[in-house]
Amino acid sequence: MITELEMGKGESELELGLGLSLGGGTAAKIAGKSGGGAWGERGRLLTAKDFPSVGSKRAADSPSHAGSSPPRSSQVVGWPPIGSHRMNSLVNNQATKSAREEEEAGKKKVNDDHQPKDVTKKVNGKVQLGFIKVNMDGVAIGRKVDLNAHSSYENLAQTLEDMFFRTNPGTIGLTGQFTKPLRLLDGSSEFVLTYEDKEGDWMLVGDVPWRMFITSVKRLRVMKTSEANGLAARHQEPKERQRNQPA
Amino acid sequence: MALRLPSKVLKHILSFIDSNEDRNSVSLVCKSWFETERKTRKRVFVGNCYAVTPAAVARRFPEMRSLTLKGKPHFADYNLVPDGWGGYACPWIEAMAAKSPSLEEIRLKRMVVTDECLERIAASFKDFKVLVLTSCEGFSTDGIAAIASTCRNLRVLELRECIVEDLGGDWLSYFPETSTSLVSLDFSCLDSEVKISDLERLVSRSPNLKSLKLNPAVTLDGLVSILRRAPQLTELGTGSFAAELKPEAFTKLSKAFSNCKQLQSLSGLWDVLPEYLPALYSVCPGLTSLNLSYATVRMPDLVELLRRCSKLQKLWVMDLIEDKGLEAVASYCKELRELRVFPSEPDLDATNIPVTEQGLVYVSKGCRKLESVLYFCVQFTNAALITIARKRPNLKCFRLCVIEPFAPDYKTNEPLDKGFKAIAEGCKDLRRLSVSGLLSDKAFKYIGKHAKKVRMLSIAFAGDSDLMLHHLLSGCQSLKKLEIRDCPFGDTALLENAAKLETMRSLWMSSCFVSFGACKLLSQKMPRLNVEVIDEHPPKTRPESSPVERIYIYRTVAGPRMDTPEFVWTLHKNPEIGVSKLAIK
Repeated sequence: MITELEMGKGESELELGLGLSLGGGTAAKIAGKSGGGAWGERGRLLTAKDFPSVGSKRAADSPSHAGSSPPRSSQVVGWPPIGSHRMNSLVNNQATKSAREEEEAGKKKVNDDHQPKDVTKKVNGKVQLGFIKVNMDGVAIGRKVDLNAHSSYENLAQTLEDMFFRTNPGTIGLTGQFTKPLRLLDGSSEFVLTYEDKEGDWMLVGDVPWRMFITSVKRLRVMKTSEANGLAARHQEPKERQRNQPA
Repeated sequence: MALRLPSKVLKHILSFIDSNEDRNSVSLVCKSWFETERKTRKRVFVGNCYAVTPAAVARRFPEMRSLTLKGKPHFADYNLVPDGWGGYACPWIEAMAAKSPSLEEIRLKRMVVTDECLERIAASFKDFKVLVLTSCEGFSTDGIAAIASTCRNLRVLELRECIVEDLGGDWLSYFPETSTSLVSLDFSCLDSEVKISDLERLVSRSPNLKSLKLNPAVTLDGLVSILRRAPQLTELGTGSFAAELKPEAFTKLSKAFSNCKQLQSLSGLWDVLPEYLPALYSVCPGLTSLNLSYATVRMPDLVELLRRCSKLQKLWVMDLIEDKGLEAVASYCKELRELRVFPSEPDLDATNIPVTEQGLVYVSKGCRKLESVLYFCVQFTNAALITIARKRPNLKCFRLCVIEPFAPDYKTNEPLDKGFKAIAEGCKDLRRLSVSGLLSDKAFKYIGKHAKKVRMLSIAFAGDSDLMLHHLLSGCQSLKKLEIRDCPFGDTALLENAAKLETMRSLWMSSCFVSFGACKLLSQKMPRLNVEVIDEHPPKTRPESSPVERIYIYRTVAGPRMDTPEFVWTLHKNPEIGVSKLAIK
């Protein structure tokens, strides 16, 4: 029987049994190097960024996006699994479509082209409330959270911690690291939680009352604390703005 | 006293057996059956060009008339296999040119084919009849011209989704001036314009032509003139289906189609202008296959077309058809056997996908003969999967692509375990399965246990631990091809189930947690497997325990291959890597 992976035991060698499926296999134990270094380093889902030159002529150039930093999931190589001929054709369609739309958009007041879509966009006539995208620095695949299913910042932070750093033993979260509670909200950890509001500004989560937050948030990003320093200065103004507005 | 079936009698019996699987079983009975079978096999299929040497194949099957070869792993279609990995057709063509000059048909999939290779084919096989290249690359239109001009008995020339260096449309004029024996021509993947007059003349002197697939550069006008000269076509791939809106153009098109009374299959349909769709109405009642997957047309126009296609068996369409359109398909296309719904927006961040799980449920309920599904949508539910499994236990191929990675059942927030369990248990004849969405190890326990006939399994962004891989490799009795990406699987399950790998054609794992040390160990212990590590970084620079980017493991009797590029590491090629430092219990 396979035992669950055990890691972080601080032993220096990997021990593995080679079972040839002849009557019971040998139990295997995998011991990682101390500090979870061996797995922690490379143990993350790889992204297109890891293969700068190793790519294929077939890859269609993805339409350029506004320079917003969260890794867009459309950068994951080969996902969704659509053959390159078809992909090229779709990209061409998009190009012609956006060219046409730009012409027609002259009269309408259009939001910034690269603004993420409204949280309440209708899908097949049903309104999709509450789900917003969450990206984390260093993780290619974004997730979605249902804001309506949460009642407070602590709630939300807990969900996000569970999502990106799963706490169950023997499992590897999206980042391939094992648990250390994140404490996203108190500034004590490596990461902070930020969000983009309706005006396109990036702010630290937690400054405004929860109810106000959920009406103005468009998407979330778990950002490295080192990169978040700029935010503090930036969001002074909008914060002032909000304080001056009637509740 | 040993009774033997006289070989003449056995030969006669074998002449009725076409299936290579059956013939493989026949060859295992005894030596004399092996001998008789190999001398009578005409159609040879090699699923992995590195599993056996070309010389061995030529030697074993002296009467070979048709050779089918596959090269790169399937995930190459999604850019996961770097350029230069391999899959070269040349060594095979060389060997066949020398040993099997009577070869008449060559079908290659995901292989690198050069112009020299094509010229060699043209020069070496006197009675060459069929060339089908699917997802191949490495050649130009010059190579095609060589085939066209030299192979006097050419019946089939099909380039399906190839990457071709397009040097212009001249190649078309290289077909012999006299009447040709062409039955099928497919140049839909070429970019440049061909001279319509060349095409018209070719079609006029090809009385046996039944299947013609044009490239997008052919205009509607061109199409009309071709159809007038080839009303006997049973399969047609149009060119671009848009032109300036003119009533005469529409009338001509309509008339041309109405004269094609034998048309059964329709594809192409790039850039469709919906105003031109009604020109197709006359052929709809006879259509068994319709590929609208490049037609960016809205649901109402699609439904107007599809409600006339009562005999339709195969439908490929974009998600623009919406759930409502699929509901219509369910009520009008009762003969449907295969459905593929492709996304119209390649951007993962798009939240506006017009089809949901409901669309597939409609079709599963309404189309009793449905057996093959490829469905892209944003999210799914267990309930829908359970319904689909219950209604369509006859499913043979079920490929669900929930585009949002890790998306749970959006109504209950649970993983899609129960749903896929129902599919695996209920669809007892399932041969091909692709799973997606949020899945835990449980799902794979069910699949391992119940999916007894599944031969090909594709998995992405799934599972909690190594246990999942273990469930699959220790279960899934008929598994031949397993491809996995971005799952947290490591060494344990792989090494525990090493023997299973010899019963399979191949295993692909990318962005998982298989360590370099494990690959070496596997390589050392299993000499009949080729273990390829495909990784940019040289192994010397990394510890044994670090995960590798991709691995491709396949069984082979050909030994290690000699044509690996820099970024492919094998124990044979790089013995300096040394023996695995992993302790072996």
